Amino acid sequence: MAVAKAPAIEPGQLRATARFRARSQAWTWAAMGGPLVLLLVFFLVYPVGQLLLLSIYNDSGFTLAPYRQLFASSVYIDVLLITLKISLVTTLVCVVTGYPIAYLISVVGKERKATLLFWVLLSFWTSFLVRAFAWIVLLGRNGVINKLLLSLGIISSPASLLYNFGSVLVGMVNALLPLAVLTMLSVMENIDRNLPRAAATLGARPGMAFWKIYFPLSLPGVAAAGIMVFVTAIGFFIVPALLGGRRETMITQLIIDQVQQTLNWGFAGAISVLLLIVVLIVFAAYDRLLGLSTMTGAAAPRSAAPSRLAGPIQRIGDTVLTLLGVISDRILLALPSRRRDRDPDKAGLGLQTFVWTMLVIISAPTLLMIPLSFGTGGLNWPPQGFTLHWYETVLHSPVWTQAFLRSLLVGLGTGGLAMLIGTPAAFLLVRSNIPGKAAWLAFILSPIVVPRMIIAVGMFYVFASIGLVGSAFGLVLGHTVVAVPYVVMTMMAVLRNYDTRLDQAAQSLGARPFATLRHITFPILGAGMFSSFLFAFATSFDELTIALFATGGLNATLPKQFWDEVTLQVSPVIAAVSTCLFIFMGLLIFVAERLRRRAAAR
Amino acid sequence: MTSSSLRVKGLTKRYGDFVALAPTSLDVAKGEFLTLLGPSGSGKTTLLSLIAGLAHPDEGQILVDDADVTHSPAYDRDIGVVFQNYALFPHMTVEDNIAFPLKMRKVADADARRRTAEALETVRLPHVAKRYPRELSGGQQQRIALARCIVYRPAIILMDEPLGALDKKLRDQMQLEIKRIHRELRTTIIYVTHDQEEAMTMSDRICLMNAGAIEQLGTPEDLYFRPQSVFVADFLGESNLLSATVRQVDAQGLDIVLADQTAPSRAVGNGASFTAGEPIKLMVRPQNLHVADAANGQLTGRLVDVMISGSMTRLYIAPEKADMPQLVAAYPTRSSAAPYEIGQRVSLGWNSADAVAIRDGRGH
Repeated sequence: MAVAKAPAIEPGQLRATARFRARSQAWTWAAMGGPLVLLLVFFLVYPVGQLLLLSIYNDSGFTLAPYRQLFASSVYIDVLLITLKISLVTTLVCVVTGYPIAYLISVVGKERKATLLFWVLLSFWTSFLVRAFAWIVLLGRNGVINKLLLSLGIISSPASLLYNFGSVLVGMVNALLPLAVLTMLSVMENIDRNLPRAAATLGARPGMAFWKIYFPLSLPGVAAAGIMVFVTAIGFFIVPALLGGRRETMITQLIIDQVQQTLNWGFAGAISVLLLIVVLIVFAAYDRLLGLSTMTGAAAPRSAAPSRLAGPIQRIGDTVLTLLGVISDRILLALPSRRRDRDPDKAGLGLQTFVWTMLVIISAPTLLMIPLSFGTGGLNWPPQGFTLHWYETVLHSPVWTQAFLRSLLVGLGTGGLAMLIGTPAAFLLVRSNIPGKAAWLAFILSPIVVPRMIIAVGMFYVFASIGLVGSAFGLVLGHTVVAVPYVVMTMMAVLRNYDTRLDQAAQSLGARPFATLRHITFPILGAGMFSSFLFAFATSFDELTIALFATGGLNATLPKQFWDEVTLQVSPVIAAVSTCLFIFMGLLIFVAERLRRRAAAR
Repeated sequence: MTSSSLRVKGLTKRYGDFVALAPTSLDVAKGEFLTLLGPSGSGKTTLLSLIAGLAHPDEGQILVDDADVTHSPAYDRDIGVVFQNYALFPHMTVEDNIAFPLKMRKVADADARRRTAEALETVRLPHVAKRYPRELSGGQQQRIALARCIVYRPAIILMDEPLGALDKKLRDQMQLEIKRIHRELRTTIIYVTHDQEEAMTMSDRICLMNAGAIEQLGTPEDLYFRPQSVFVADFLGESNLLSATVRQVDAQGLDIVLADQTAPSRAVGNGASFTAGEPIKLMVRPQNLHVADAANGQLTGRLVDVMISGSMTRLYIAPEKADMPQLVAAYPTRSSAAPYEIGQRVSLGWNSADAVAIRDGRGH
């Protein structure tokens, strides 16, 4: 029979082909993901590991001396407790006040949403340094608030509003509220608007519909915002250093002292271990309760909260929510009768007032500083006269111009490098069936989880040993480590939304792979790629922690120069620099937002 | 079972300059199955939202059993809604979803459990009580949405394209299911769809909407056999529309003349009054258009295409008069039928009882 004679494919041949395929696939994977993995191993895992090792090894071998010093007195534990207190209160305030803001943004129409979002983003992108400095000016003895209180006759002599727990808290909330809002918003935007409406038709009053339906669905966002804010807050030093007094010293400030003043690496390592352990405990608790996958907001929020909570907890939660619903509805009923013909879809006046008040609070300090930068009366409110003197000073000072150029260079380098190695990795994570995806993703996102200060100190130690301190290249590498997770996350989101059938369509129409990439893939992904580039650029442009150690003098970056100046003296020159930075960033977001909208309109 | 009548008076909704719903009045009897039919953007979902209390009218009144509910919030109306995408609460089990409206009405636990189980029986899904909505198929989710709505026995049930996301077979099955539930409960149901077949098979009456206003309201037979406008004739079922002029009106029907012809023919009216000399459209349904080889019908044309769609065979014919639209004739498919040839010259005819006169002009 003819069929029997047909040459059969040898099983061995098949296996060989499969082996060849597997090998070439492994090479592709290595080429796409390798650079990112190498970068993280050399400039994250190794430096951090070094630093941690330094805490138990010194020249004479194994030692626990740094830890004995750590626990010898209550000083360091007290600092840890203060750090935890400030971080917890900041997290609480950010989540509670951020929730209504995110909620309003998620329910209003397109136009108003863009406006609200602009102010949140503007604050988000304004340098931490600029915002902290603005509060120094605002809360100072001759600042706006004191002048206002004096003129109203509430106080008779200027109150000292700075350098206490309150000023630190205000600064911290201002710094982290936008992050909380944006994180919660990403979850709230995915909640089906029909669900609360369905609840209403089923007989739920507004309070009940909110607490029993909307709130539980938004909970993953609240949790994600909580952990993001907490982890950032615990590693913060700009705000407590600029706005706090002795009693508001945070743990990262201790690490800086150890590295910059006493050069006690072992002790810095020990403090880092302490900080890292606290962060890991928080993450472990979060994972137990909600699962880490909810953090990116990408995981379906519907499968999140309830499944992991055991029965009794869920029942208690349910009762509490019902109670909250009943109470809210009682309060709503007791309020003076509201307009009968109110559109059920419109947000209440109270909510709007609150949200705008919060937005003014987080934006006003920076805005109020602008007129002062043109004044002749120093940083005292109200501004007097008009001068461009401070701007001239900045422009004619090589320290500032150099710093700006260097930041620009490092920022562009970081953006380029992060895109170059982050984009292929994102492709790999979205498109391939590479094993252990979740673990790889966790590894790539780890620079966000590990407190920046620990990365910075470890990097400084390693850079010092290979002569990269003070070099722009070293800084680009360092900044890429902290910027690349954002690039990967953004690009993954962009790629997930990209319909691969478009590529297939192009190829079926006769486009070769390169032509497909040039005419179809890149034009569509372009906006997303550009915005992740901008994200990396902005992260680098505003980065202080790594730059704090790795640069200085004439090779300082703009944030480092800013920091050195502001810790030395508070002058109108800083106000001028702040204004420039603010406008620069404002323009950047404006451009990015334009691009994003143009892409969305397609 | 409770059931209420609904009266809508001059209800209007505008979004800026856009009129989503022109002043609309509508009466729905107790226990009636009324369908709001129309193309997308015709205002049917707007009308539904207004009745449910999910949007607020700019003018007009809504009465349930003669009680004014225009300004009552949705949760006080006792009107059930089955949403287009079901709107099942993803964080609650099927059971909790169905019990939700009972809890909101403070029904005692034991009673609520019993009624939830009953509702699940009614939609024939008693075994999914403990599951989450995401674990169900589309058809099952649809049934649960229905169960959640009927469990608290609302006086009126509104359904917004409830079968839109289901495939054809499941849709047919669910249509029967909804009809069965309607028969059992005798609840007033207002049903939104853009599928004319669905509207025809399910409704007591159809309210056909177009551009934010009611185009025609009546039984499916009314709309199908006596369309009041070209829009209705076109939207409901296939139709051939021929231009003609009224010659004379009498008690039995009308004498008309087709455009460009001199020989008069007969037609029946659609209930409207006609005057001699008035231009009209003559509607002949495809199954009433007879095709013959001989050239002795009212019209002649050439066969353009033949299509067999299962039980029906369709013939597409280009009339020899150049300015006339293409016509379609349909007849039951028979294997023994003599084959037609494309390009073949055919003659068309119809019984005057199947030719319906419609006022010309685009609806309003």
